[in-house]
Amino acid sequence: MSSLLEIEDLNVWFDLPDGGELHAVQGVNVSVDGGGRLGLVGESGCGKTTTALALMGLLPSNASAAGRVLLDGTDLLAGGEETMRPHRWVDVAIVFQGAMNALNPVQTVGAQIVEALEEHGQARGRTARAQTGELLEAVGIPASRASRYPHELSGGMRQRAAIAMALSCKPQVLIADEPTTALDVMVQAQILELLDALCRDFGLALLLVTHDLPVVAQLCDRAAVMYAGEIVESGPVDSLYHEPRHPYTRLLFAATPDLHGGDIPVSIPGSPPRLDRVLQGCPFHQRCDRAFARCTDERPLLKPPAT
Amino acid sequence: MSTTANGHRLLEVEDLVVHYPVARGIVGTMTRQPEKLVRAVEGISFSLDRGELLALVGESGCGKTTTAQTVLRLIDPVGGRIAFDGRDITTLSNKTLRPLRRRMQIIYQDPYESLDPRLKVHTTIEEPLVIHRAGGSKTQRAELIRDALERVELTPPDLFLDRYPHELSGGQRQRVAIAASIVLGPELLVADEPVSMLDVSVRAGVLTLLDRLREGGLGILMITHDLSTAARFADRIAVMYLGRIVEEGPASAVVSDPQHPYTKALLSVVPSRDPRERSQPQILTGEAPDAVNVPSGCRFHPRCPLAVDDCRTIDPELERVGEARGHRAACILVRR
Repeated sequence: MSSLLEIEDLNVWFDLPDGGELHAVQGVNVSVDGGGRLGLVGESGCGKTTTALALMGLLPSNASAAGRVLLDGTDLLAGGEETMRPHRWVDVAIVFQGAMNALNPVQTVGAQIVEALEEHGQARGRTARAQTGELLEAVGIPASRASRYPHELSGGMRQRAAIAMALSCKPQVLIADEPTTALDVMVQAQILELLDALCRDFGLALLLVTHDLPVVAQLCDRAAVMYAGEIVESGPVDSLYHEPRHPYTRLLFAATPDLHGGDIPVSIPGSPPRLDRVLQGCPFHQRCDRAFARCTDERPLLKPPAT
Repeated sequence: MSTTANGHRLLEVEDLVVHYPVARGIVGTMTRQPEKLVRAVEGISFSLDRGELLALVGESGCGKTTTAQTVLRLIDPVGGRIAFDGRDITTLSNKTLRPLRRRMQIIYQDPYESLDPRLKVHTTIEEPLVIHRAGGSKTQRAELIRDALERVELTPPDLFLDRYPHELSGGQRQRVAIAASIVLGPELLVADEPVSMLDVSVRAGVLTLLDRLREGGLGILMITHDLSTAARFADRIAVMYLGRIVEEGPASAVVSDPQHPYTKALLSVVPSRDPRERSQPQILTGEAPDAVNVPSGCRFHPRCPLAVDDCRTIDPELERVGEARGHRAACILVRR
């Protein structure tokens, strides 16, 4: 299966108020097949959300991006907003953590979806309202709730509404940025089950951006682990858990508690490096339990592990 | 598990009830609408010993945070009894409570809000000593502050004394908050979601720290929604649903031999790190009703996959279940 979405050598810099620059995403290469599910995993500040925003052309004004984002062969980054706009929501859509980011608090949920359909030329008037009803039902919200305002819905319902909005223009790729992080575990299970079903039924490619390893283990077949703006390891989730090759991957799993056993979780000492200065050597070496002499000087490249 | 110096259990809670009125607004008040109540906690009983870590787990709205705050009398109950080291503190005035407050402390979820950004670390840790007029002379206090920093593994202490919160990471801030809470030498620590806002790679360190403090005799009541954390770090777990404890017992028993249908469902949907562990999740439909409209009988019955007719009318008590000592569940379908 050919890759539907291919990110090639993506770099993102943020201008800092003091005149410096933060290199938030450093040469990221990632691909998602049609119908595939890729988890982009990492902790705060690793660059995963910045990567997701870059894919949607939603970076703030103090950011600059370089690299290629190929959707079915078309480079979305090539011509700035002009190239991106026709594809946003129509081909690539995003759902955020805490749906209040996506939902307008002073508009009913139904009106917002209708507006999205009309703005992107998907449907008008009565057809749009009918499609809205279908979308809501597809995400498990009774169509009658279309007349509710976001604050009248529970957290789980709001997230479902945000997913309905994201799917309204029938995109090929869905990016979900921490979609269940603020939700209770039972509601999380409902949303993950929904995402699973929707991806299957609509043939969506899913890019799941999260710090939550167990969620990735459950929903995704492949994952890429990000640290200090770069991908340090990627592959089938099964391999990442059972045969991690990068110390950070191994330590991150070891720091994650599990219900049914395994050792007591252990923290990784120290903190990630600052990205407003050029790093010498491997970005992880100061916190790594396997670092040796070369690690201080050489910047390792992403390559297949030695067998 | 040990008793206090006076031979009592550290904390005993009996039939605790906490209600909040729902705001009626001006129209409601003028038309004399009946006052509705948020029945946040409706009769829970549990105890905590020195050196024990009890995790109170449940989803939002179950009453766990309200319970934690009521135990410290930050909120007043409308019914029930709270005894700290054998002394009934349920209705004590704030003035009488003051000296007791040295012995019971709380840390909160948000490491970015719990520290005053204008105060250096040493001032933050000194504050409880000043408020309670404890710790002796300035030199003696300085020693206590250093000691607290050592105990929370912020070493060498000199490196941290003059720092401001914004110069610290989330994990370090949380450790400073813990240092401030233990500098008075409390016997009870309430930890409300102590690590949920920290990065995963940092959480284990803070939890292990709490574990070590527990070994030193501190009794810890930890509120958490994260069952995996409770499973790995707690001695005992109490599962709450809509204002009640539905199951409690040794952590290992509750996690590996859950008895209450809600506990079983909850545990079944916790995702595992291991992609090969994709056991059948029991996903309940809908969400818990709000605590204003509590269902009749067993409050879980509308969502319970096993509910029978009697569940609509019988409000079950906690009864002994399973093999382990101290394992109890409130369900008429589960009996020893």
